[in-house]
Amino acid sequence: MTYDFNFAVVWRNWDLLAEGLMLGLFLALVSIAIGCVLGLAAAFGMLSRHRALRWISQCYVSAIRNTPILVLILFCYFALPQLGIAMDKIPSFIFTLSLYAGAYLAEVYRSGLVALPPGLREAGLAIGLTEWKIKRYLIIPVMFRNVLPAMSNNFISLFKDTSLAAAIAVPELTFYARKINVESFRVIETWMVASLIYVGACVAIAALLRRLEARLSIPR
Amino acid sequence: MNFEFFLADLWAARANLLAGLWQTVLISAGSVALGTLLGLLVGLGLSYGRLPLRIALRIYTDFLRGTPVFVLILACYYIFSAAGLDLDAFQAGCLALTLFCSSHVGEILRGALNAIPAGQTEAAKSIGLTFGQTFTSVLLPQALRQMLPTWVNTATEIVKASTLLSVIGVVEFLLAVQQVISRTYLSLEFYLFAGLVYFVLNFAIEQAGRAVERRIAIPR
Amino acid sequence: MIPVLNITDLHKSFGELEVLKGIDLAMHKGDVVSLIGSSGSGKTTLLRCVNLLEEFGRGRIEIAGEPIGYREEGGRRRRLPERQIARQRAMTGMAFQQFNLFPHLSAVKNVMLGLTKTKKLPAEEARAIAESWLDRVGMLARKDHFPGQLSGGQQQRVAIARAIAMAPQLMLFDEVTSALDPELVSEVLAVVRDLGRDGMTMLLVTHEMRFARDVSSRVVFMHQGRIHEEGPPEQIFGAPGTERLKAFLSNSQS
Repeated sequence: MTYDFNFAVVWRNWDLLAEGLMLGLFLALVSIAIGCVLGLAAAFGMLSRHRALRWISQCYVSAIRNTPILVLILFCYFALPQLGIAMDKIPSFIFTLSLYAGAYLAEVYRSGLVALPPGLREAGLAIGLTEWKIKRYLIIPVMFRNVLPAMSNNFISLFKDTSLAAAIAVPELTFYARKINVESFRVIETWMVASLIYVGACVAIAALLRRLEARLSIPR
Repeated sequence: MNFEFFLADLWAARANLLAGLWQTVLISAGSVALGTLLGLLVGLGLSYGRLPLRIALRIYTDFLRGTPVFVLILACYYIFSAAGLDLDAFQAGCLALTLFCSSHVGEILRGALNAIPAGQTEAAKSIGLTFGQTFTSVLLPQALRQMLPTWVNTATEIVKASTLLSVIGVVEFLLAVQQVISRTYLSLEFYLFAGLVYFVLNFAIEQAGRAVERRIAIPR
Repeated sequence: MIPVLNITDLHKSFGELEVLKGIDLAMHKGDVVSLIGSSGSGKTTLLRCVNLLEEFGRGRIEIAGEPIGYREEGGRRRRLPERQIARQRAMTGMAFQQFNLFPHLSAVKNVMLGLTKTKKLPAEEARAIAESWLDRVGMLARKDHFPGQLSGGQQQRVAIARAIAMAPQLMLFDEVTSALDPELVSEVLAVVRDLGRDGMTMLLVTHEMRFARDVSSRVVFMHQGRIHEEGPPEQIFGAPGTERLKAFLSNSQS
């Protein structure tokens, strides 16, 4: 195949790509932060003594995890306004991705909680801590450190999911890549650069999270 | 909600929706089947290949796993049409999903083989099995059992990712639903319906996976 | 008579570290030789070389007169092709410290695998042989159990049956009781002792001094990659000739 590579057109638009990447990272960061809280609540819900709470949490987690994220994005953006919940593109996407993150992280936390030795809670009780303090000072910190690798994987795949914001015209990296593609016709270059930016960002995030894991891990 | 309108419209659109659903099943099953075959080869190469092959496959898998599926689909779609190769949207989308699936299966197989203790290979060698016999009679049966849950998970990911083909104009189930919505304006009802269908599809796959898992479980 | 095992000037290094520094050892049919010595003395490595699980740098190992693992070709030493190596491995049987049973196969299938794949026996014949050996090690009643359903001692007995069903010329035992709970040791040792009585040629690495004394026709004490002292068990345990061996024996009396 003789194809004249010409990356100049793509580089001319580097500011758009950078802007898109930044927006993607921002969307991921906010959604993950909300998702972490949501996920923790759902995880405790799934392990709760109250049947109703268990049922609600389980439904939330299974429903979200088994639905394609694109359907959720479209639902939140196009259908929720019919129920009077109208949001702009970006808040709507953050809302969707947070819900999504929450369900995935809930599953991670739940398995982390189940894997904790029962002795941890009993030791807490033995030194006179209340249930709430046991959760706050023993259960959550230990569980968090154990599930960090699994969380990292989820963070990376949530960042990749920000590419879907392009489907509702949120101007992130994939959106701009399509735009440059259409305007410049430098198809191969555009998509090569776009994927490389994603891969690079994923590698960077992974490296950052690994350092965090090493920092937080319990010495043994 | 206009439940009666919804039911009437659902019935009216049944043929189109079923056709879309069939496409979804076709895309997913085809991509999972081809992707798994390719992925098993990738995993073998990653585990037993010579160094240059291992490096090439490592780049292949990491690149594909670091790029969002959505970007892969768009890239396959635009690049092949630009390169003058005759791939329609359906084929380009399936190709992207197949590549995506192969990178995951490859990595899963590598991990599963890696987790088998070295003593298994030694014991097989000591009763005179060749490498090929060791692989087919001792390593692969254990690796496949170990892979099954993650592989089923990958299959549900592919079903969910097949919705992204709607963006490049493949009339799979989601796009069929969107076409109905554009005629009927019942976005809330139909998006919920779409979510429910995908939920059922994935739930069925998960249950089937569990049933197989139970069947082939090693008694202990 | 051709010795079953003949090792001459065997050397083996892991990188810089030389673990076998010239071993000479011959065994004849019916010999039971125990290798004793502290950890790191090279006994397990020696065993693994004989089963070709390790490559070795210099020296020669012959099983029933056949040099194994390598051939001389125009003055060059070449590793044999994989198929040859596999055939030669089957001339010796190996029982491992960690049993290494195949977890996805039942006890009888574990024993049958080598018979059907290496010896290409028909399934029914392989099953009959497997069952008779499982009977010999007292495991016939549990032939359809999976390794995960058996105790450590039972797993080790199946593993021994798996190795010996291949009718090897020489059986190698690598610390077969070290991974077992104390109460399970004797059932495995009884199986090994029976095999010795039936005339099986056996080379074993063991930490059970009393057992080595009972079962062996010869005991070899290894130290730092060399054979330090060897002789009949009465001599090795009753009248050790070197200070090193005396020190080793008094340390392992516990």
